[in-house]
Amino acid sequence: MLCPECGKRPATLHYTKIVNGKKSEFHICEVCAKAKEEQLPDMDSSFSFHQLLSGLLNFDIGSGTGESNTTVQPQTIRCSTCGLTYQQFSKVGRFGCSDCYDTFKEYLDPMFRRMHGHTIHRGKVPVRTEGKLKMRRELDELKQEMVRLVQNEEFERAAQVRDQIRQIEERLQS
Amino acid sequence: MSLHHFIEHAMSEWMRVKGPHSDIVFSSRVRLARNITGMPFPMLSANSHAREVVRKIEQTLENSQDHRVLGQAELIHMQDLTDLQKRVLVEKHLISPHLAEESLSGAVVLSQDEAVSIMINEEDHLRIQCLFPGLQLHDAWKMADALDDWFEQFVSFSFDEKQGYLTSCPTNVGTGIRASVMVHLPALAMTQQLNQLFPAITQVGLAVRGIYGEGSEALGNLYQVSNQITLGQSEEEIIDKLQGVVMQMIEHEQYARQRLKEASPIQLEDRVFRSYGQLKYGRIIDTREAMKFLSDVRLGIDMGLITEVPSNVMNELMVMTQPGFLQQYAGKRLDAGERDIRRAILIRERLSLGYEQNGNR
Repeated sequence: MLCPECGKRPATLHYTKIVNGKKSEFHICEVCAKAKEEQLPDMDSSFSFHQLLSGLLNFDIGSGTGESNTTVQPQTIRCSTCGLTYQQFSKVGRFGCSDCYDTFKEYLDPMFRRMHGHTIHRGKVPVRTEGKLKMRRELDELKQEMVRLVQNEEFERAAQVRDQIRQIEERLQS
Repeated sequence: MSLHHFIEHAMSEWMRVKGPHSDIVFSSRVRLARNITGMPFPMLSANSHAREVVRKIEQTLENSQDHRVLGQAELIHMQDLTDLQKRVLVEKHLISPHLAEESLSGAVVLSQDEAVSIMINEEDHLRIQCLFPGLQLHDAWKMADALDDWFEQFVSFSFDEKQGYLTSCPTNVGTGIRASVMVHLPALAMTQQLNQLFPAITQVGLAVRGIYGEGSEALGNLYQVSNQITLGQSEEEIIDKLQGVVMQMIEHEQYARQRLKEASPIQLEDRVFRSYGQLKYGRIIDTREAMKFLSDVRLGIDMGLITEVPSNVMNELMVMTQPGFLQQYAGKRLDAGERDIRRAILIRERLSLGYEQNGNR
């Protein structure tokens, strides 16, 4: 096939673009492709990558909220630690702090799945965190138990659990 | 600055040793992204936070006297470097352009042989990077893993049970690993097989990009192949997959070289020696030309056509002829026209030098 730009050389570069399931194809020869790049010297790869990324994120907003029952607009969700909103996140494609992962967690899995094909980490675990993770899980369980005990007015048991919680919290702090 | 001294600086110590498959694979790199708990990521850091991160790492390094790698390492603040010095570090792939130009309180820890570079306050608090010559991904990972463990004794990294290591960019979350290999594929380029090879590589979750001349065609037929997926696969799986794909690329490139030799030996020789001649006698050489000629000559060396030049001289020249290095060598800023003249002089001088002093040590 001849390059449609110059009509002289065979098209050797082929691009397929799929937007919302609509496929469009684009063929060009190397000489014309190079000329196009020279016309657009500012088009560096990180720029296009971020465009792509925010495309992914905006897509999530559109499809995510339509189905969920929450009345909160995801754009307005703000991380209480660093102040980043979901809208800002979807624009820059960067989290502001590690707590953002928790704040935006409802909207992240579809994005991770699209990016990585997975949503759950299967690699290295920090040596020190291994122990701490266990403690944190224990802590969560104890806190739930304490709430239950207080509701049942088993105050003596609740006080014991509270002491246990304090101990673990102290160990986690150190 | 003398040329010898300059070469010492142009070529990292780790590059002087030949690694496995070094006729095609120039280097292997593993990078881990890590963030310190309780502090915003660098993008949103106030300068006070960013300084604290650097201070934390400085304090941590005080414990490193006996460390095999970090014992002799040096912490360099970006603010203490001139633009030119930063550019040289970028051209040696020791720091990223982002760290050089945009970071707040950016710094880098460099091991003496420059095989380890740890960027501080880049996109993440820490970017632990290990470089090895040739195809040595497993060794690079082992070293990065050990360094990560070492740091973890002193600082705690943001980690989530479900999502793994938390990073500023969602494309790094999980393992935070980016393993990459720099490959030289002149024969596949000449026989126009890259257009078939690259789409196949992207399909298995890896990325390919040109090393120099980003955005346009790859200069010097040098490509970087790296993993894209960081979540849901273990570090070993990621590395094994990359290693497997690179081994196949090596096979294809070797086969293409063999075919070239059989099918058009005189054309190949002509191309190699013309490029060699241009490098030896040219008076004005721009980056694009330099990279092309160096690639051809390197192919000629690897295929046994040119025997008087060691192959790593080409690697060295590919770095030395970059704009930052040229200006550093000249000791002043040069415009593009002056650089092309200086580049030709530098290449000529380097090729007329004895090779023993700067060959494999």
